[in-house]
Amino acid sequence: MREIPLSDLKQTLKQMIAKACTRVRPDALCALQNAKQSETSESAAFAMQVLLDNASLCEQKALPVCQDTGMAVFFFEIGQEVHFTGGDFEKTVNEAVAESYAENALRMSVLDPFTRINTKNNTPAVLHVRLVAGDRVKITFMPKGFGSENMTRLFMLMPADGIEGVKKAVITAIRDAGSKPCPPVFVGVGVGGTSELCLSLAKEALLRPIGTRNEREELNALEAELLQEINALPIGAQGFGGNTTALAVHIKAHPTHITALPVGVNIQCNCVRSSEEVL
Amino acid sequence: MIKITLPLTEEAVKNLHAGDRVLLSGDIYTGRDAAHKRIVEAIRCGTTLPFPLQNSTVYYVGACPPKGDLATASCGPTTSFRMSPYAPTLIKNGQRGIIGKGSMSEEVRNALIEHTAVYFAAIGGAGGLYAQCVTDAEILAYEDLGTEAIRRFTVKDFPVVVAYDCHGKSVYE
Repeated sequence: MREIPLSDLKQTLKQMIAKACTRVRPDALCALQNAKQSETSESAAFAMQVLLDNASLCEQKALPVCQDTGMAVFFFEIGQEVHFTGGDFEKTVNEAVAESYAENALRMSVLDPFTRINTKNNTPAVLHVRLVAGDRVKITFMPKGFGSENMTRLFMLMPADGIEGVKKAVITAIRDAGSKPCPPVFVGVGVGGTSELCLSLAKEALLRPIGTRNEREELNALEAELLQEINALPIGAQGFGGNTTALAVHIKAHPTHITALPVGVNIQCNCVRSSEEVL
Repeated sequence: MIKITLPLTEEAVKNLHAGDRVLLSGDIYTGRDAAHKRIVEAIRCGTTLPFPLQNSTVYYVGACPPKGDLATASCGPTTSFRMSPYAPTLIKNGQRGIIGKGSMSEEVRNALIEHTAVYFAAIGGAGGLYAQCVTDAEILAYEDLGTEAIRRFTVKDFPVVVAYDCHGKSVYE
């Protein structure tokens, strides 16, 4: 059994939060730079240059790249040989969020859905926890902004809808979102599982670095095809037209039920943010 | 690039066309979902408004708290569509400009045409850069709403693109 004091976990989480909120992920920045080179619309190219300037300014000055510093979403893979000591795991995660958001002047965006009263410390965090083999803890933090999160879609398709149905669902989600989720966007697609797992897969698909290949060859081709179709839509960067509505489409599949073909679409705005650590 | 000193005038709005790039300087007022609900309620009840609506420009933003020597930290636009149910009421009562991002409803577009007002799109995702354009910030009302409180921002060369002009044209089409 490997013991990890929760005070160590808290320090790590606090640093991960500060890092993720003030930096556009390098893979996304690279994709944005490349897309700008081949942008056909002058207004869209202007918007993309503003985004690139913003990213470098914020990294220099440790400023949040976007004022929507999101809901705090964590993915934990906890080795089953690990024993956390000195407190309560979930409470520690929320303390790390409350302290890091306050200390780094990040925005408190979380409130009760009925009273609309703000919790004033950006908690509670959203936790996805898996127990895995080994004695390590892998943590991924994603500050999820809601301009894009509000455009999330779930389609419970029929098996007869097939791959064509999957494509249609993704295009529909992006077309309906239009200029609202701060394009150029990054599209996460979950296919399979149960309804809640499907949307979780869509979000996890956004954690795979842009420019890396899908481990399933046929999905790789489908990602490329969808990206091309999305970039032919009349939306473009910020909705200003041109040929850069999306920077990437990532698909994550999981076995599903014989009666079903769930498709989840989770959109990430141009400020692609996440950080990762292994303890 | 067109330079405009706020407050907007009817004349200045008429000269703007969808797609124009503009640098705004002067005072703007921040407000988003919760603040708009209260403003519309105040208009309906005839109670005191947090700022004079006549010729005002309202920025849909919930900024990060101030940091270091900046008047505000990151303060990029939020999705304007959510303010579609409220915007026509404010425009009818004198608001001349909106700053936000993304498409809005047909009702908003019609109100802009009818009352000679304009909708500017700021670049969503450029919050840090916009913070550099804010030279002064002050809370005017609804402090209990935290980031959603109404603030006066004094801005200098704040970059935007005309999204909907008063002639019925849109940058999104």
